Amino acid sequence: MSQAAAPIARWEHFPHEADVGVRGFGASAAEAFEQAALALTAVVTRIPIKPMISVAVSCEAPDLELLFVEWLNAVIYEMAVRGMLFGRFVVRLKDTQLAGTLWGEPVDVAHHAPACEPKGATYTALKVAADNDGVWSAACIVDV
Amino acid sequence: MDPARFTRVDATTWRIEPYGAMRVPAIIYADEELIRAMDDKVGEQAINVAMLPGIVQASYAMPDAHWGYGFPIGGVAAFDPDRGGVVSAGGVGFDISCGVRTILTGLKVADILPIQQVLADSLYRQIPAGVGSKGAITLDDIELDAMLVGGAQWAIERGWGDPRDLERIEEQGRMAGAKPAYVSHRAKERQRREMGTLGSGNHYFEVQAVAQIFDAKVAETFGLAKDDVVVTIHCGSRGLGHQIGSEFLKEMVVAAGASGIALPDRELACAPINSEVGQRYLGAMRAGINCALANREILGHYARRIFAYFFPNHELRLLFDVSHNTCKVEPHVVNGKRRDLFIHRKGATRAFGPGHESLPAALRPIGQPVLIGGSMGTGSYILVGETTGEQKAFSSACHGAGRALSRHAALKQWSGRKIMDELAGQGILIRSPSTRGVAEEAPGAYKDVGAVVIAAEHAGLARRAARLRPLICVKG
Repeated sequence: MSQAAAPIARWEHFPHEADVGVRGFGASAAEAFEQAALALTAVVTRIPIKPMISVAVSCEAPDLELLFVEWLNAVIYEMAVRGMLFGRFVVRLKDTQLAGTLWGEPVDVAHHAPACEPKGATYTALKVAADNDGVWSAACIVDV
Repeated sequence: MDPARFTRVDATTWRIEPYGAMRVPAIIYADEELIRAMDDKVGEQAINVAMLPGIVQASYAMPDAHWGYGFPIGGVAAFDPDRGGVVSAGGVGFDISCGVRTILTGLKVADILPIQQVLADSLYRQIPAGVGSKGAITLDDIELDAMLVGGAQWAIERGWGDPRDLERIEEQGRMAGAKPAYVSHRAKERQRREMGTLGSGNHYFEVQAVAQIFDAKVAETFGLAKDDVVVTIHCGSRGLGHQIGSEFLKEMVVAAGASGIALPDRELACAPINSEVGQRYLGAMRAGINCALANREILGHYARRIFAYFFPNHELRLLFDVSHNTCKVEPHVVNGKRRDLFIHRKGATRAFGPGHESLPAALRPIGQPVLIGGSMGTGSYILVGETTGEQKAFSSACHGAGRALSRHAALKQWSGRKIMDELAGQGILIRSPSTRGVAEEAPGAYKDVGAVVIAAEHAGLARRAARLRPLICVKG
């Protein structure tokens, strides 16, 4: 289950017995983070999200992998408290500090038909790394 | 898993003796077929839990165990604070005190059938469920803190419940030791508008029929007879519990390192019970338990309100309310001595046998109702706690069917629309905003709940009292 193949920037879901794995790929760690956030939204709905409202988030963590979990949890938090879905993400990384912008719209149950609600990103199957070709990936299991 | 990895003690007890960093054995209760169907990760995770400091007796997994986070889902472990024991945010889980309550309606299937469609539609419209649903309650800071301390008692005081429910809820509806001050602003913000909402995923609101009685005496004491109608609600502490879980998981990864605890898996993040972080987590986690107890009490109130419209002369009485994801201090006898232990149940149900002091007078001679949620097609079970459960797994039992297939695999295999049509043909009405969500929760994605409860019975954890079949299922 993944979006149509793109050169580098893309995302996919991977299986977990009870929940779901999200994985983003990109030319940089920041781009992989952005793509993984798109995978997170796709856990909820496959309907395109209109970039009507922007929300700024920031977080930090002791290392890049823990920062990835913080990033996804920041997106989950904004989804929950604002009742929104996000379809566009920009991430800027400075060491293990992250500044991000999310664009999205309020949830419309009839339109988006949300399948389930992400509860939190976990440290299970957590990996942020670049392969030999310099392609970054960022992945973990999300509790739904 | 390959059964050859284990020492088979009897037909439903499988053991791995301590090796390497394990402090105690790992014990899984299941029949051979269930063992074979379990992911290898279940065994690995049970072994990892056995490595944690201060663990007492064994690391247990219930017959519905599946691959979780740190702990297997269906994992049970006890820790002794006086022997360096730990409390683990991963061992409780994200949805703190997620659980099940079953409510007796005093109605028969024949009463429901003529209005089944309209009742299903009414429940779907009025029970807030799923992403984008809106609860009717908004709490200010003072009320939020009062809820986190008061649990179901708070809900009842506000008019959303029945005082008679309290003796049928674990901890009499209010978990002592809750510290709202240790719950972050973000966790509270996530919950401000979430009270009285069901959530999504495997959470549900079901109207069920008693399909089969296994133990007439127990069923009679529980108030269950064949073709009776009950309401069962499965949900937890919503956004608040998830936020507490996420935040303390991060903090405990650091705390474990600072305490010299080598974590075999970061998700097992923990802190000594007798530490500042450990005590802070316990205070916040107990507040999370109260949030879940209040939430289920409010949803039970909604059930009463909706049923009262259709059946004004029928009273809904709570049979019992159990929690699945908790860490609770309980006295247990180990090597002939009674000790206060911190029992982690991650996707496992407390299952007290007959005579337990915490049970209400009406249930004490019989034992605790143990509510087991199945899938929306195959039904659920009501078990009763056994005295033998104390020795077997600190009075714990399974909590559901347990998944057999990932959501990913379920989605490839089934169409939600087709499942809804097939179940409607069997007299089961599904109401959900998402057909994809229905496919992900397809009956075939779960293990055979019948095999799970038989294994629990053979293992002496709890025994069957009644089987329930769904009539209406509202899913978020």
